[in-house]
Amino acid sequence: MEQIAFASIAAFTLACALGVVLAKNTVNGAMCLLLCLAGVAGLFIQLHAYLLAFLLVLVYAGAVVALFLFIIMLLGAHGGQPWRFRAFQAFAGVVAAALLITGLDMISLRGKTDAGPPVAGAGVGSSLKLYADQLFTTYLLPVEVMGFLLLVAMLGVIVLSRRPTEGEATE
Amino acid sequence: MADFFFGLPVLLQAVLKGIAVIIVIFPVAAACSMAERKVCAWIQGRPGPNRTIFPLFRGIPGMGVLQRLGVFQLVADGLKFLFKEEPTPGHVNKLYYTLAPVIAMVPAFTTVTVVPFGAYLGSAGSVVPLSLANLDIGILAVFAVASLGIYSLILAGWASNSKYPFLGSVRASAQLISYELSMTLAVLPVFLWVNEPGSTGSLSLARVVEFQSRAGFWGGTWFLFTMPVSAFIFAVALFAETNRQPFDMAESEADLVGGFHTEYGAYKWALFFVAEYANMIVGAGVFALLFLGGWNLLPWVPLASLLGWLHHATGSALWLHPLVAGIVSIAIFIAKILATLFVFMWVRWTLPRFRYDQVMRIGWQKLLPLSIANLIVYTVAIALMQR
Repeated sequence: MEQIAFASIAAFTLACALGVVLAKNTVNGAMCLLLCLAGVAGLFIQLHAYLLAFLLVLVYAGAVVALFLFIIMLLGAHGGQPWRFRAFQAFAGVVAAALLITGLDMISLRGKTDAGPPVAGAGVGSSLKLYADQLFTTYLLPVEVMGFLLLVAMLGVIVLSRRPTEGEATE
Repeated sequence: MADFFFGLPVLLQAVLKGIAVIIVIFPVAAACSMAERKVCAWIQGRPGPNRTIFPLFRGIPGMGVLQRLGVFQLVADGLKFLFKEEPTPGHVNKLYYTLAPVIAMVPAFTTVTVVPFGAYLGSAGSVVPLSLANLDIGILAVFAVASLGIYSLILAGWASNSKYPFLGSVRASAQLISYELSMTLAVLPVFLWVNEPGSTGSLSLARVVEFQSRAGFWGGTWFLFTMPVSAFIFAVALFAETNRQPFDMAESEADLVGGFHTEYGAYKWALFFVAEYANMIVGAGVFALLFLGGWNLLPWVPLASLLGWLHHATGSALWLHPLVAGIVSIAIFIAKILATLFVFMWVRWTLPRFRYDQVMRIGWQKLLPLSIANLIVYTVAIALMQR
């Protein structure tokens, strides 16, 4: 039963992820991304990581994809150059995916990290506290670094989007 | 009866609960639209809908009261939406045009399942909350699922493929995301307070009510009194999130005809409004749980002591029966929801609509800094208090 549920949710997620890349219409692509995120949330729920599942829905499905759609609507769904799938990009994508899978495999099989994700085996009631404890002890440095990176990215966006003169305004 | 229900397969239980939610919330949300018209009429000094009646009912005594309350107008409106011709404009994207009202309904009804709505007295005087799905991350689940409702507005506006709906949905998507931030930050102090050191961390809504029904002066105080700023920010953000009047930028009939639903008619249009009222009901419920003490009748009077007093005053043990306690607590909770809904309507017919730039300025420059300051002040205060 669990295997069937996992297989169907995983297949659904992968199909939606392909849809994001291959969709001609950008709105369809964004909706595929939304469904893909819902599928990932479903996988998290199967792992009993309810907090992660709902945070994913709240932040990514509820706000980030909505902003994507907002931008798509402002720019117009048919604006811009149609993106073409080239052999080089496909090759790069395959290499990147292989590297990612190898990395995940190394971490999960060889147990390189000291404290694994505190999800598995933890009771539902205690998971929230466990997450918080881990975030503020074991993973404090990564969290801070990520926060700093996001700050840098935000400053970069502000600098890049500032228009020096009216004549150079680009759509 | 209860044993029979819990003996059923889990999936069947879930289906039955889902049907129960639809059967209860759909008519109540529809009735809210009539209440809205009656409240509007009352505020504006006119009788409101008071003529409609089934011809057969005319002679029956007592029906006149229902007629003047507009009950039959509600039925007539509902039937009208069902039987009206439902044209689909030729220039729309059919898939998303049809999907949008459905997407509006699903999150609105799903959030109902995680909101506890009453309590009964278990063995040894413990108060057991009643809810369809008791989640440990209650408030997060409400926020997460409710935030998906934005797609109905965006898709409705985009799929309609015309100017006014498009503008409405662009406004809606920016507005909903802006106010979600303040809303989340406003409830954080409540959960910081509730999760005392040494307790198991929980974001459950029932836990907040439990905290507000403890003994002693501070134990029984509703969070409305101890955290008025949080309550205010949450209420304002709730108005914005449910697209209610001072913030109904998405609809804004004065400048956008009807906003996102301009191209909709008949039943699809009605679905948007049922979803809006369902969202309001859930929002009012969450407000009552967080700040108004949930199913406790008055501040400093928890449900258990109320039932105890009734038991002593009348000498009947019936008050302590789980069923009676459940009905009393649900009645108290529904009364609070109705009172909050009345405030929603009162504000709608009292305040003028903000301009769009004002909405954005209030959200980002007033409400967000206020909620961050509120969070910091309460974090320090709670840390000192619970040391």
